[in-house]
Parts: sequence; structure tokens; C-alpha cells
Amino acid sequence: MIETKEKVLRFKIKRQNDLDAPSYWEEFHVPYRPNMNVISALMEIQRNPVNVNGEAVRAVVWDYNCLEEVCGACSMRINGKVRQACSALVDKLEQPITLEPMSTFPVEKDLVVNRERMFEDLKKIKGWIPIDGTYALDAGPNISSSEQQEAYKYSTCMTCGCCLEACPNVNSKSPFIGPQAMGQTKYFNMHPTGALKKEERMEVVIGDEGIANCGNSQNCVQVCPKEIPLTTALAELNQSANKYALTSWFRK
Amino acid sequence: MKAAIANAPQSKSSKKFLYARLHSLAGILPLGLFMAEHFYTNSMAMFGAEKYNEQIALLQSLPFLIGIEIVFIAIPLLFHAIYGLYLSFISNHNTASYKYTRNLTFFFQRISGVIIFVFVIYHVWSFRLSTAMTGTEVNYHLVSEHLQNPIIFAFYVAGIIATAYHLCNGLSTALITWGITIGKTSQKIALQVSMILFALMSALGVATLFSFI
Ligand code: SF4
Ligand code: SF4
Ligand code: FES
Repeated sequence: MIETKEKVLRFKIKRQNDLDAPSYWEEFHVPYRPNMNVISALMEIQRNPVNVNGEAVRAVVWDYNCLEEVCGACSMRINGKVRQACSALVDKLEQPITLEPMSTFPVEKDLVVNRERMFEDLKKIKGWIPIDGTYALDAGPNISSSEQQEAYKYSTCMTCGCCLEACPNVNSKSPFIGPQAMGQTKYFNMHPTGALKKEERMEVVIGDEGIANCGNSQNCVQVCPKEIPLTTALAELNQSANKYALTSWFRK
Repeated sequence: MKAAIANAPQSKSSKKFLYARLHSLAGILPLGLFMAEHFYTNSMAMFGAEKYNEQIALLQSLPFLIGIEIVFIAIPLLFHAIYGLYLSFISNHNTASYKYTRNLTFFFQRISGVIIFVFVIYHVWSFRLSTAMTGTEVNYHLVSEHLQNPIIFAFYVAGIIATAYHLCNGLSTALITWGITIGKTSQKIALQVSMILFALMSALGVATLFSFI
């Protein structure tokens, strides 16, 4: 463990009282304890919400759930980079530690954002295996173990939003549904039963909100905490999108 | 700073995918090939004025030259430039927070595109349009006269380096766009190779410039 000399941690937090309210910065000092992470520091602020000027203020709010980097709720920008607060150890962070909400999503309060758009995008790409009875509901075809291994990586997506936050092409000027939905498209397309909805997914991929918006900056794969090979999914989808677009054009 | 989006716009019939693929194709096939030819032809200046003028005369003697120029250069170039400018304005660049190699190359691709946009307008005007209008012959002497001005010379150095970068980096991302380099390693090697190409192409271009003064 790296020894932190300072006995107090300095935090600079971007706050917002309400949806659409203006944001402001507020600083806090938090007594240091060994092995603290950003969430335990935020809990400390919640326990004693007094800012650096000694004023008692409204406690800072943020989202969290699992505390072990599997739910994706606690994503925020820590020292400028998007990541999970629960796995951000303060010993490894430069001070003052700045906390900001993700900017791609609507900010509801302080560090809490609304990640709804990602769930909407999953509906658009039909991010499920159809079991509505129109397909055989038996055990289904076998999947080779190498394919299982590959699919497993994509199955770990926790809809945390880091990839959308870091993608230069997911923003209010662009309709792009983003790397998370693209990765999940590849994931459901590779499943033998999921593949029955492949064409419907490909329509989204070659649509206005689809893969044509990707500029290959590859930030998504760098920031994904689950190390999902998003850029491989994008390249594969590019390939199948090209084929799909061409064949559907010739079928017209 | 990005503005939050609750509901992204959606349209059913989309031409975007087609435009994006045509943009990539135009950049490689007519334009990339033309750039290779253009850099090569101009490098003949390194072998003296006579050799250079010979090459220019050869090109100018091509049958259907105007047609070739319009169909294989002007139209793809205009399309690539205009769609590319649109692309560079819809991205929110964040290289300050995320200094990853690909994010930087992505950012420079946009910057170089904008430099080339200005440079090409100037370059085409000086050596194709204005000369055609006044009936001036384009030859070693004319180019050389032009490049005596240090500001124009510096502008040419910038234009050539930007062009070489834009083409070579563009080739490496086109390999992803066309679904050829799929995995991490092949994408990385493609980028390294494209950067070597960039260095060679810039060296050739800048050496050509120096052979005019
Ligand atoms: S590679 Fe594409 S999806 Fe990933 S961050 Fe870059 S533009 Fe976004
Ligand atoms: S792909 Fe990775 S970064 Fe994107 S939402 Fe899923 S887990 Fe998060
Ligand atoms: S609390 Fe679940 S990922 Fe951090």
C-alpha cells in the first residue's frame, strides 16, 4: 500500500441541486483512513456534511449499490476520467480529488445521473434472447466453449456508461447509440437463438443512430472497466453491416 | 462540455451509413491513389526541372483529362471534404482527459482534415484554376517561383504533412471500417505500419518541396 502523508483528503465536488439547476463546485476535507475509496470518503461527507469553509451544507448525493464494480451505478468522473467510485482507491489518486457527474447523461442531483438512455438503446437493439414462444423453448443448440468464452466477456457489461461518457461521438449533436449498445448487439447476434433477431438488430446498426457514427477513436475500449473488447465488436459489426447493407440493397 | 441527451433523434430511412461508407471509399480509392501518384510525380523535381516538366507534360497529354479530373478527383474530393467537415464538427473532442493514442490520432485526423481543406483550396486555385483561366503554363519554374516566398513554403510543408498523415492514418481506420482488422493486435500493427508510411510520405513530400528552391 502507498503511504499517504496527508491526514486529511481534499475533495472538490461538482454539485447540482436539481435537474436543470446550475452546477457549482464545493470543497470538503475528509479525515484519512487506510484503504479508503471514493465511496467511503463520500459516506464520510454524508455523515458530516460541512464544507471547507465550515458551513453545514446539504449532504452530497451519489449512486451506488454493489460496492464491488459489478452494478455500474457509481460511475462518475474522478480527476477528469470516468470510472467507478467504489473501485477508486484514494491512495492512488492525486489530490485534490475532483468528482464530477458523467456529462453524457442528464444530471439529476450532484453526482447522480439518469442512465435511462442506455436501457432504451438496449430495447432498440432487442438486447434479449426471444423466448416468447415463437421459437423452440427447449435446451437450444450447443455453443462451443470458445464461443462461450468470447460471449462471456460481453455478458459482463454492467451498463455503467463509462464508454458512452468517453466516446467523442456520443453527444447531443450526434444520434449515436454508442459502444455499449454496439457491444451488446454483437453479443446477442452471436447467440444461436439470439441470432433469430439479427436482421432487426442490423437495421439499427446501419441506421441513423448506428455504427456510421463511430469514428474509431477507441476511447470506449480504454475506459471500459470490464475490459470488454468493444473495438473488436465494432470492427466485426462493421464487417457484417457492410455485408448486410449490400445484400439488402441488392434484394430490393 | 457535452449537453445531456434524453431522447436522441431517430429517423427510419437513413442515408448516413451509405454516406459514411462512400466517404471512406472516396478517401482511399480515387483520392488515396491520386495522392500516391501526385507525390510521386512531383518528386520528379528532385531529378531536375527537365525531368519534372516532362512528367507534367505527360500527365497533361492524357486523353479525357478534364473528365478524369472531375469524376475521379473533384467529385470525390468535394464529397469527402464536405462530409468530413460535418464529421469533425459533431465530435466532442476530449483529448485533454483521455490521452490515448487512438484518441489523439482521431483528433489529429480532424485537425489535419481542416488544414487540408484550406490548403487544397489554395493549391488548386494557384496551380489548376487560375493558371487555366489565364493560360499560364504550369512548370518547374512557376512552382519554384511560388515557393520562394517563405510563408507559402511553410504553408506547403504544413499542407503536405497534414495530407500524408490524413491519408495514412485514414488507411488504418478504413481497415476497421471495412471490417478487415478486427482484433486489437492487428489494429495496432496496422496503425504502426501506417505511421511508418506517414513518415516516408512526409519525407518524400518535404524533400520535393526543397528541390524547388
Ligand atoms: S471507437 Fe467508436 S464507439 Fe468507441 S469511443 Fe471511439 S467513436 Fe466511440
Ligand atoms: S461496455 Fe463497458 S464501459 Fe460500456 S457500459 Fe458496458 S461495462 Fe460499462
Ligand atoms: S457500486 Fe456497483 S459498480 Fe460501484
